Amino acid sequence: MRAAYLRGAFGTAFGLHEGSSALDLMAQAARGALHSARLERPAVDGVLCGYATTMPHLMLSTLFCERFALRPDYAHSLQLGGATGAAMLMLARELVRAGRCHNVLVLAGENRLSGQSRDSSIQTLAQVGDAQVEVPNGASVPAYYALMASRYMHDTGLAETDLAQFAVAMRERAAVHPGAHLRSRISLEDVMASKPISTPLKLLDCCPISDGAVAMVVSREPGPHGAVAVSGAGQAHRHQHLCAMEDVFDTGAKSAANAALAEADLGVDDMGYLGVYDSFTITLTMLLEEIGFAPRGQAAACLRQGQFDPAGVQPLNTHGGLLSYGHCGVAGGMAHAVEAWLQMTGQGGSRQIPSRARHAFLHGDGGVMSSHVSLVLSQEEP
Amino acid sequence: MSVLQSGGYAEGLAARRVRFQRCAACGAAQTLARYVCVSCRHETLEWADACGHGVVNAVTVVSRAPSDLFRALVPYMLVIVTLEEGARVMGHGTPDLAIGQAVTAGFFDHGGQTLLRFGPRSDDPTAT
Repeated sequence: MRAAYLRGAFGTAFGLHEGSSALDLMAQAARGALHSARLERPAVDGVLCGYATTMPHLMLSTLFCERFALRPDYAHSLQLGGATGAAMLMLARELVRAGRCHNVLVLAGENRLSGQSRDSSIQTLAQVGDAQVEVPNGASVPAYYALMASRYMHDTGLAETDLAQFAVAMRERAAVHPGAHLRSRISLEDVMASKPISTPLKLLDCCPISDGAVAMVVSREPGPHGAVAVSGAGQAHRHQHLCAMEDVFDTGAKSAANAALAEADLGVDDMGYLGVYDSFTITLTMLLEEIGFAPRGQAAACLRQGQFDPAGVQPLNTHGGLLSYGHCGVAGGMAHAVEAWLQMTGQGGSRQIPSRARHAFLHGDGGVMSSHVSLVLSQEEP
Repeated sequence: MSVLQSGGYAEGLAARRVRFQRCAACGAAQTLARYVCVSCRHETLEWADACGHGVVNAVTVVSRAPSDLFRALVPYMLVIVTLEEGARVMGHGTPDLAIGQAVTAGFFDHGGQTLLRFGPRSDDPTAT
């Protein structure tokens, strides 16, 4: 089967884009991605589009195509919560490999911060809970993740300061990214003293709500920036609701990762860059440990030892992740992929990691660690 | 009311009962409402009343409520409890609960609906 390459990518700055609609933001990202890929509109024969909570349109993909003068032969939207971005990239890869499409534009954008009230956003997201058993209790997404965290910390002995360490690290990275939503450096003490949200999670353990958009082109040919192929992909879906999660040590993340790594014929130690979903500090910690980038209960120790530093063995979320670059829904999860691609193709600018990773690992999670999508990116030698 | 939920959890709460689904074939307790038994894949599941006792599986104290209705209660304890019969449910809890603790379900009315509130185990499961 033929290969599929990440040919171009563009992300807007994340943060407040007052007055911009979801489509406005998507157009900005799509324009940037086509320019990055050096493609004209007629070359785009596939469009995959993420949902936007501020624009619950039945046909967001073709609505966008009309406004943006695209006439693809294949298009639809997709929704899989926080795993949507990774799932769209996986599907784009399969469409290209199967010969169905030549160039697939994958995009998502949302004015999640400015387009609705914070309460309305939190309410919308809380509905990933069970409508009878969970949501009526006054639960929210932070509460679901907090409940899960309590169990995980109980079983591993992880401390709140271990989680806090990741908030500090993500902010450190975002501080040098001009597009990041939150850029003021924070200390461990700042995280520990931040407003309680849902124990053990405090405000700085949680990602912000942002506006922004991201678009990428997956293509049959590599682009002008280098040949980065999607060499492996895998998914796992074990449950929808937190109550139905059977084992906090086996959420499906490892199954998805193993499938992707097996397809690429690589192991976790071959990965020279990590883009891992980090809606909360506990999300990032659990994913790193379940997938195997750190032993159980040791992710924070690995972080402290420098493993995940930009100059370390496995640089992690060098854009600042959802925790600090920001989270505008589907595009938030795609920003990890854009950053991995920029780093692999030497376009990291002042953030460029020294190692120019040969292989990168990406992971998205939707719901409450419910849906998992892993991708492996591999650089072909010139 | 959908076929899935009929006679089920919400109706149970309104009657101050904790209900869960049980497989008519193998007897396995199901967490949340299902069409198919998670254990033997049999398709006949029946709603049953739980005894109300269980063990705390996860805890959190919520300070940031998602709506005005719950802002009036902050800070409040939410728990996931594994019922003695084997199903897991979410509910409120008394402030002192910890993972592993034996608890008993109680009920309270808030905003026009009946919700669960677990407290330390007692022998009167219907106490509120």
